[in-house]
Amino acid sequence: MSAPLLQLDIQAKQFARRLVLDRVSLSLAAGEVVSLVGPSGCGKSTLLRIIAGLDRDYQGQAQILGEPIRLHSRHVGVVFQEPRLLPWLSVADNVGFELGRRGGRHPRVAELLADVGLADWGHAYPKQLSGGMAQRVAIARGLFTRPALLLLDEPFSAVDAFTRMRLQDVLLAAASHSQASVLLVTHDVNEAAYLSDRVLVLGRNPGRIRGEVRVDWPHPRQRGDARLARAEAEILALLDDREDAPQPPPQAAPWPASLARLRLAV
Amino acid sequence: MADIDQHAARPLTAAWAKRAQGWLLPLAVLLIWETVVAQQWVSAHLLPPPSELAHTLLELTRSGALLAHIGVSVARVLAGFAIGAALAVALGAAVGLSPRVEALIDPSFQALRAIPSLAWVPLLLLWLGIDEAPKLTLIAIGAFFPVYLNLVAGIHNVDRKWVEVGRVHGLRTGALIGRVFLPAALPHVLTGLRGGLSLAWMFLVAAELMAATRGLGYLLTDGRETGRADLVLVAIGVLAVLGALSDSLLRLLETRWLAWRDVALTQEAQP
Ligand SMILES: Nc1ncnc2c1ncn2[C@@H]1O[C@H](COP(=O)(O)OP(=O)(O)O)[C@@H](O)[C@H]1O
Ligand SMILES: [Mg+2]
Repeated sequence: MSAPLLQLDIQAKQFARRLVLDRVSLSLAAGEVVSLVGPSGCGKSTLLRIIAGLDRDYQGQAQILGEPIRLHSRHVGVVFQEPRLLPWLSVADNVGFELGRRGGRHPRVAELLADVGLADWGHAYPKQLSGGMAQRVAIARGLFTRPALLLLDEPFSAVDAFTRMRLQDVLLAAASHSQASVLLVTHDVNEAAYLSDRVLVLGRNPGRIRGEVRVDWPHPRQRGDARLARAEAEILALLDDREDAPQPPPQAAPWPASLARLRLAV
Repeated sequence: MADIDQHAARPLTAAWAKRAQGWLLPLAVLLIWETVVAQQWVSAHLLPPPSELAHTLLELTRSGALLAHIGVSVARVLAGFAIGAALAVALGAAVGLSPRVEALIDPSFQALRAIPSLAWVPLLLLWLGIDEAPKLTLIAIGAFFPVYLNLVAGIHNVDRKWVEVGRVHGLRTGALIGRVFLPAALPHVLTGLRGGLSLAWMFLVAAELMAATRGLGYLLTDGRETGRADLVLVAIGVLAVLGALSDSLLRLLETRWLAWRDVALTQEAQP
């Protein structure tokens, strides 16, 4: 069997002697869409930063396509929580940032902008974009180098619900068009179930993987699908923090999606 | 139809009316000035009337003396400003980007900044004599600090998140400076350049007042020594126009280079 796309075995990750990640292992196969969900502060962003090569101060092993992880791996693209477009560059030059000053002229830029529905916006400055549009540009920039793995850290948390749904579909389409696998951090259980083939649930203090929920039927999916609701309920059950809870919530009963999001926000 | 025309016309006339308002006060002052002197309430020797100033200006222009003085002064400002600003950009970038360089030299510059720059004049004259060198040095000192301080502040204010974007895209120190730090600090740099240029003009006058045989500052001294207030006033007026012109040049650069900025109050580019 060939090496998995991503193989991560973190023994420990500490910030100033505080254990943030404790024995976190995960692997990703090519073509997969995997979500990480967990309460805030459980170390999701830290995990992504390790995979992106931005944080090397941890104990453990991490490999992408058999190579040790390093910053600016050609196999990895990154989309941050905020779009982080450079305001002095045009949209096109932001997408082609990797190539240098005139990166916006590369034909791949036009292709990607079309993929995210912004074909006519290459010459605009970031200040002219709405939040959702800026995040589309950020996705295009993340995919510019044709990475095997696209990392996203709560990419849609700042946009309204309708924009979020559209962006989710844009992400799936653009990533599959670029043949990139996706590892996405989110706190939206609904989003995790809708997008992913697998959802990993992280617990907190210290961050540990509590379990995994498979959502194994192909896209396109119906947002109202009862199977999605069941997956959401499973994720929520794993998320439930109370160690001394008298009974685990009934897993069979599918929760309405809106209720599911409410629970997590508490 | 008429309604639409009115709407289109109103802002334009309003803008003209506003501009015209700005001229009311200066015109009134000129008028009063002229009458006050004509009625001999004030001696024309101390306060030459505007008509006489216009005459002096014409004379100086016709003889070519004014243009020569302007040329000398502008050359000095440009040279001194260029030296000061270039040094400030180099040192400011080093201090802003490297904590070690900052610890080494920033305290000294902060201390030097506390000296009112004109206090350097006697020392400069002593060390460098009375020719061009001390004048350029003084102007350069004046231009240096605004540029230096703004650039350091600008670099310190660069968002860590942009730096992370650069690193994720493989930028090492040199490229990171060129493609993230400097563009991000550019608005601060331009503010600094404008401040530096206006101080350069101020220090030009100081330098030329003290020891010069040519230049607009010399015209001021000459006017005072020969008791010709009209020369002094004309020189002041020319200095004002030159200062405003050079500042509006930098403002033009600002609007062109910083079109990307998302600020609440953008100055509309007037054709
Ligand atoms: N640079 C840092 N220095 C110190 N502590 C940090 C740093 N970054 C994150 N932490 C801590 O590590 C924990 C996990 O943070 P993070 O990975 O951002 O959580 P999440 O993204 O899941 O909300 C938090 O308790 C946070 O306070
Ligand atoms: Mg986070």
